[in-house]
Amino acid sequence: MLVYFIRRLTQSVVVVFLMAAIVFLGVYAIGNPIDVLINPEADQAERAAAIARLGLDKPLWEQFGIFLGNALQGDLGTSFVHGTSALTLILDRFPATFELAVAAMLMAILVGIPLGVIAGLYPDRAVGRIIMGGSILGFSLPTFWVGLMLIMVFAVFLGWLPAAGRGDTVDLAGVPVSFLTWDGLSHLFLPALNLALFKTSLVIRLARAGTREVMLQDYIKFARAKGLTKRRVVGVHVMKNIMIPVVTVLGLELGSVIAFAVVTETVFAWPGIGKLLIDSIGNLDRPVVVAYLMLTVFLFIVINFAVDVLYSILDPRVRLSDTKG
Amino acid sequence: MSQSTDAPAIAESPAATDYDALSEDVREMEEGSAATLGTQTPLRRFLSDFAESPLAVGGFVVFVLVALLAVFANVIAPQNPYDLMQLSILDGNLPPGAPSANFGTYLLGTDDQGRDMLSAIMFGLRMSLAVGAGSTVIALAIGLSVGLMAAYFGGWLDTIIMRIVDIQLSFPAILIALILLSILGKGVDKVLIALVAVQWAYYARTVRGTALVERRREYIEAAQCLALPTRRVVFRHLLPNCLPPLIVVATVQVAHAIALEATLSFLGIGVPITEPSLGLLIANGFEYMLSGQYWISFFPGVALLVTIVSINLVGDQLRDVLNPRLRR
Amino acid sequence: MPEHTPTLAVEDLRTVFRSKAGDVAAVDGVSFSVDRGEVLGLVGESGSGKSVTGFSIIGLVDPPGRVAGGRVLYKGRDLAGLSEARMRALRGREIAMIFQDPMMTLNPVLRIDTQMIEAIRAHERVSEKAARARCRDALGRVGIPAPDERLTAYPHQFSGGMRQRVAIAIALLNAPDLIIADEPTTALDVTVQAQILYEVQALCRDTGTALIWITHDLAVVAGLADRIAVMYAGKVVETGSTDQVLDHPMHPYTHGLIGSVPSENRRGQRLSQIPGMTPSPLALPSGCAFRTRCPRADAACRQPPDMVERVPGHAARCFHPHLTGEAVEVPA
Repeated sequence: MLVYFIRRLTQSVVVVFLMAAIVFLGVYAIGNPIDVLINPEADQAERAAAIARLGLDKPLWEQFGIFLGNALQGDLGTSFVHGTSALTLILDRFPATFELAVAAMLMAILVGIPLGVIAGLYPDRAVGRIIMGGSILGFSLPTFWVGLMLIMVFAVFLGWLPAAGRGDTVDLAGVPVSFLTWDGLSHLFLPALNLALFKTSLVIRLARAGTREVMLQDYIKFARAKGLTKRRVVGVHVMKNIMIPVVTVLGLELGSVIAFAVVTETVFAWPGIGKLLIDSIGNLDRPVVVAYLMLTVFLFIVINFAVDVLYSILDPRVRLSDTKG
Repeated sequence: MSQSTDAPAIAESPAATDYDALSEDVREMEEGSAATLGTQTPLRRFLSDFAESPLAVGGFVVFVLVALLAVFANVIAPQNPYDLMQLSILDGNLPPGAPSANFGTYLLGTDDQGRDMLSAIMFGLRMSLAVGAGSTVIALAIGLSVGLMAAYFGGWLDTIIMRIVDIQLSFPAILIALILLSILGKGVDKVLIALVAVQWAYYARTVRGTALVERRREYIEAAQCLALPTRRVVFRHLLPNCLPPLIVVATVQVAHAIALEATLSFLGIGVPITEPSLGLLIANGFEYMLSGQYWISFFPGVALLVTIVSINLVGDQLRDVLNPRLRR
Repeated sequence: MPEHTPTLAVEDLRTVFRSKAGDVAAVDGVSFSVDRGEVLGLVGESGSGKSVTGFSIIGLVDPPGRVAGGRVLYKGRDLAGLSEARMRALRGREIAMIFQDPMMTLNPVLRIDTQMIEAIRAHERVSEKAARARCRDALGRVGIPAPDERLTAYPHQFSGGMRQRVAIAIALLNAPDLIIADEPTTALDVTVQAQILYEVQALCRDTGTALIWITHDLAVVAGLADRIAVMYAGKVVETGSTDQVLDHPMHPYTHGLIGSVPSENRRGQRLSQIPGMTPSPLALPSGCAFRTRCPRADAACRQPPDMVERVPGHAARCFHPHLTGEAVEVPA
């Protein structure tokens, strides 16, 4: 287990390093870093100071070292627009994105798993086919357009839910959250639903495939031969087996949900890091863009790592092969 | 990020992207042999297998219609939406069915510039399809060459290539595209580069998987024994057998590329305003939708949806037909 | 002998599977009975319908299969008419089943205690603690050392033989009156097989449990069963006491089966084999399904033969049975 853990950790560090190099090369080698990282409105003295601070007069590999060193100290540049540290800016916005992503994941799980299991139990009945048809549609619908349609129907025509923003927030352990107020919850619902759509389709497929496979296994028949109720067979024997792949994939998908939040946040004007990214790209606020990319990539790698470790804890068979190996 | 080797099969590649279901099928194909389509008349057999699903045939017909609309947009469209002389700002934001001063009616209404939405959609489709198909073709060529190289030569080259593929596929496509476009900036060519960069790894993985299976077969051995040149073995023998799974992946990828391009353009980091695709049309209508003028966003969205769904229907059936595991 | 109700009486059971070519009968008019404390060996090669018979009794035939006719009388009650809820209450409590492959019968992601305790609590309201104690006893009874520790283990931490013991322990948990064992020792090593056979036999003797032992292996039932029913192509072709069937087989098929088993008595002789292959249930020969492989077949065999009891307790479905007096000879 420990060996596995260490090997996995090493791998992650290497990938973080690689991705930092790619972002660095993208910014420093392809673009002109002076244009990218220094405010075009800065005067000559400021430019000179910034060049010295970033070491832009030094050779490329040395610059990379400085870039990495700064990044490790949490210095990812200063926003041109807001005049504050890019990292602080992103961290301030992160809770909103995280809340949205978690809400979407919960929706995907709560809706997707039951539907997928039903579709897997009755693949040939109308209900199973309808669920699968819905999931195929969910894969085909572009997220941003669904978001627009949700706004059109629920906010514009029906007027039931608000179209934009986070609504009232309350502080939970110093972090503002929406889901604890009615107003916040009503603001959260549509964006979360929008973001959840794609993942729900994915969960349905995974759960369906898993259910179909597990239902054919001897141990399910044996469980039935023990006289267990259908509820127990499906709820415990089937569920525990399909949860492993579903949790693995969903864990990995948390990163992708955060990345996809860019779209949903733009549509619903949700003040998270995705909207910040698009605004920053529009405003040419490049330090924020670079900081966003570095942080997201880092987050991604951390999530992948965590899921792998979690997976090995969840599945007893993996643990065994590790203690043996 | 690659999984460690002792991770179990289910965790082998929980691809962190929108393509899990697809890659699962591809993996299935990688295990099975590439289809040698029937013995007598492969094309006939393929067509009749394909026609078994009316849904897929319908999808194909719709896609052909959509493609024709796009290709002949400048002939069929009631107006050239980007010729400012033909636009009348007075006709701005008219609802569907409103009469036009210049020609019949605005069947799908007009946008804020007084542009006929139907025409705009046809021209937008053209851009969307061109970028989607173009990027797929380029990515296919790159992925195919890289994948074949990895499979045929093996060794450290294979290891390095597949590591890069693994790492790339562990990030969602949209994140890769965001990284590239925020570095590169706007433009049709930039979007094309981003979409190619996003897609190539899927083809490389698919080709390598199939080619590895094929490489171990007798006919390749026989060709090598005959001392045929490597180039000939790869292109005349290995390549044709790798095609069926590749076709399936490519079909689905075109749909994904179109959707991704639309998303990027909607976000304002895709194609420029002078050459709008469906995504940009939808974005343009966004602000008006809040005041109830739904058609500017709605109809381009429907066009996008119809295109993607029709391609996916074809892709689904192709996957079934070309998958040797499912053959009777 | 007074009129009595056997633990299980199967009458004219018919189980079919829906296919493109119409319904195919996997079990076609099977009848037999098992008494309290009795062991019935249900013998046949793979595809003869013996496993489907087991699943039909316990009501676990999954679509596209279904029980299409006949009666399954458990202590005189017809199970065919029972609701799924009543049937469920019966399964595991009164009728238990043991499966063929011990590597597949335990859920790999659930601990042994979970899988055992749920089997008790599906039928009785008992505390977790009491249920656990019963599980521990059951594991001890089937010869699993240190049952306390083993309870908290996962199936993959057991060997195949140990897993089958766990499965048997689960079957015994609720002291059922009937156990259906579907080739439970086939996947095991011969030594383990012998141990398990011995233990199951002893357990059934002690508790008076009726046992149906499904197998393709005549050698296994020889030492275990009180009576034997031989199945071929969905039908019972011969029944009788173990001695009757093994020493004086009437049906040519049984004859062939016995001839193909290595035995001490015929050391040095060639083993015979039954010519041809098990016919597909989709394309059974008309009349007697065995006639295309049978050395004794003639024109009469184109008509379906009936089950005829030629010796008390010993019946065969054949027009030309080997009758008592004829020695068991190995066909050349």
